[in-house]
Amino acid sequence: MSEQSTMVSNELASPDRPGGGLRGYFGTVGNSAVTLVCLAVFLLVAKAAISWLLVNAVFTGTPEDCKVASGACWPYLADKLRYMLFGIYPFDEQWRPLTATLLFIAAMAVSGIPRLWGRPLIAGWIVLLPLLFLLMAGGVFGLTSVPTSQWGGLPLSFMLTFVGLVLALPLGILLALARLSNLPAIRILAITFIELVRGVPLISILFMASVMLPLFMPEGVTIDKLLRAQVAIILFAAAYIAEIVRAGLQALPRGQTEAAQALGLHYWQYTFLVIIPQALKTVIPPLVSLFIGFFQDTTLVTIVGLLDFLNTVRTALRDPNWQGIAVLEGYLFAAVVYFVFSAMMGAYSRFLEKRFRVGHD
Amino acid sequence: MSPIVLLRNRRVRELAYQVICVAAVVAIGWYLLSNALANLAKQDIATGFGYLGREAGFVISETPIAYEPSDSYARALLVGLLNTVKVALLAIVFSTVIGTLVGITRLSTNPLLSRLMLFYVEALRNVPLLLYLFLWYSVIIFTLPPVRQAITLLPGVYVSNSGLVVPAIIWNSGFWVAAAAVVVGIAAAFVWFRVVRRRRIATGRALPGWPVAIVLLVFPVIAAALLFDISGEVDWPVLGKFRLTGGAHLKPEFVALLVGLTLSASASVAEIVRSGILAIRKGQREAAKSLGLSDGQAMRLVILPQALRVIVPPLTNVYVTTFKNSSLAIAIGYPDLVMVSNTIMNQTGQAIEPIALFMLTYLVLSLVTSAVMNWYNGHVALKERQS
Repeated sequence: MSEQSTMVSNELASPDRPGGGLRGYFGTVGNSAVTLVCLAVFLLVAKAAISWLLVNAVFTGTPEDCKVASGACWPYLADKLRYMLFGIYPFDEQWRPLTATLLFIAAMAVSGIPRLWGRPLIAGWIVLLPLLFLLMAGGVFGLTSVPTSQWGGLPLSFMLTFVGLVLALPLGILLALARLSNLPAIRILAITFIELVRGVPLISILFMASVMLPLFMPEGVTIDKLLRAQVAIILFAAAYIAEIVRAGLQALPRGQTEAAQALGLHYWQYTFLVIIPQALKTVIPPLVSLFIGFFQDTTLVTIVGLLDFLNTVRTALRDPNWQGIAVLEGYLFAAVVYFVFSAMMGAYSRFLEKRFRVGHD
Repeated sequence: MSPIVLLRNRRVRELAYQVICVAAVVAIGWYLLSNALANLAKQDIATGFGYLGREAGFVISETPIAYEPSDSYARALLVGLLNTVKVALLAIVFSTVIGTLVGITRLSTNPLLSRLMLFYVEALRNVPLLLYLFLWYSVIIFTLPPVRQAITLLPGVYVSNSGLVVPAIIWNSGFWVAAAAVVVGIAAAFVWFRVVRRRRIATGRALPGWPVAIVLLVFPVIAAALLFDISGEVDWPVLGKFRLTGGAHLKPEFVALLVGLTLSASASVAEIVRSGILAIRKGQREAAKSLGLSDGQAMRLVILPQALRVIVPPLTNVYVTTFKNSSLAIAIGYPDLVMVSNTIMNQTGQAIEPIALFMLTYLVLSLVTSAVMNWYNGHVALKERQS
């Protein structure tokens, strides 16, 4: 989208200022003033950032050194980094979540290449995900068993987002089909579910999963806390995916359905062989945007007490050695991590949008 | 007829699918409910909404209406709801103003300015709101000076690690009369602008707009002041040796939540305004300029009214989301509906009823917001020719 915007703003501007170059900065008196004010703001912010991050910062030392300095406290980050990234996962086993996270990021990067989309890629994921799970959980191949209550940090945030959306996708597709169905009872059930979930905050669904769900289970059955949050995220995501997929389904010309029917395909055949593949292709960019949104929304599991990345950063502040000394460093570090991942996915989403736009013209 | 033959009939098959689906949903629902009732009975937890009338017994740190711990749970929930509405409405108003300005400046021809705004939007959209809430809260609590050394932002506005203190108006009498006078004034000015517009369209002649409107705005207030006993005073906060006295005190939780919600929503609003303006063909702008309108006039009179048609529907989503996001208040301890409900859950042990109640409330809030915005959308939508 940013390419488009620069293109349009140049077009808008062209009658007033032919040429370009420095004219954009100093075309008129007013514009020069704007440029100078912007420069001043930028320089002030940059100066404050540099003096906090570098000049006044403490790079090596003890909490006492940080206490007297006015800048950033880097030793704090170094000391707490592993806790922030992996939570209370057993310290000596933390190579496992690290490997799992790196493998996951690598697999995501490979999956982002449209040329590789196809059955082998899906098969690869089906093999990879259980392997990652086994690597984290252990209990086989001589790995010590680590219960999910000790999982935490960045791998947990990735897992909640990714597993949530992957499992929500089929559910969302079914809900979208149900919502467009001409069977009234099924349509009404789907609309009720979708609108109910979309009308309430995610936090209320997480509350339901963490407080109410145990009540609804038969006596003696307890469900893992992490699994409960994961189910809540899946149900929540499914409602949003359903609306995106519905848009894709409705954008498809009727002729596709009619042609498939004329070939003698029945409902499930033409839906999954003809309609869904085309509809999904058009809604990939909004699905990626949804993915970014959910990556950020999974931070809400902090409120029901799961140790996701944000929560490990938050609880790292309570370390008695560092209490009240490095209060912002952790959050700023987390902000940078979230920003980098979200911005990369955002750039990827724009790349896809451009690619698909070219494909349609 | 055998069942197999019956299944070949499409109508029968469709009916069968629906019956199976509904039966499955009902069966699962009944199963869960019976489990819940058995569990509740076993743990000796009451059911039903009887708890609403009982004494709450807990303190709420922010109360827009009078509330004591001896009041009922129902009143505590009402306080929570009002807190939710208060912070969400303020965030909606501020974010609309900020977002519109940022959205327009994003399209500035000055590359530096538009980049700066791009950074503003991206920094807000790519970092989770909850993280920002923790961050703003920590900034207020840990980095601002104590009350004794409060920073003076504007005359009478102080910030410190215990929040924001602003001047307040204390009404001795006649508050409602004064409020009514202001409302009457605004309504009269509004009607006057409609009359002016009608007249201009009918006759082509312009009546004085603003001068009359200002008289209409001010007159009811003066009349009320003369006729009724209205007295009040501005309560300026005073920085004493140890604390601030007077004024209205906005707590750190409220300030952090309001700032977080406002900034986050303003980034969304900015993107919506920007794409709304981009959706207007550039011929509209060129035509406006060739009629001799200035840049500002073209934006205000030609571009924005048309852009509103594209802007309003997604804006509705942002407003609904802001209401829903205000539930993150619980993370930093602002007593909104969810936090009050949570306290009630802990005290009574009842989970189903409080959660059902606040979910229902959010549904109603979402529906009301959508309804108001749809009504407004009907006003700005393209008026097609009536056949």
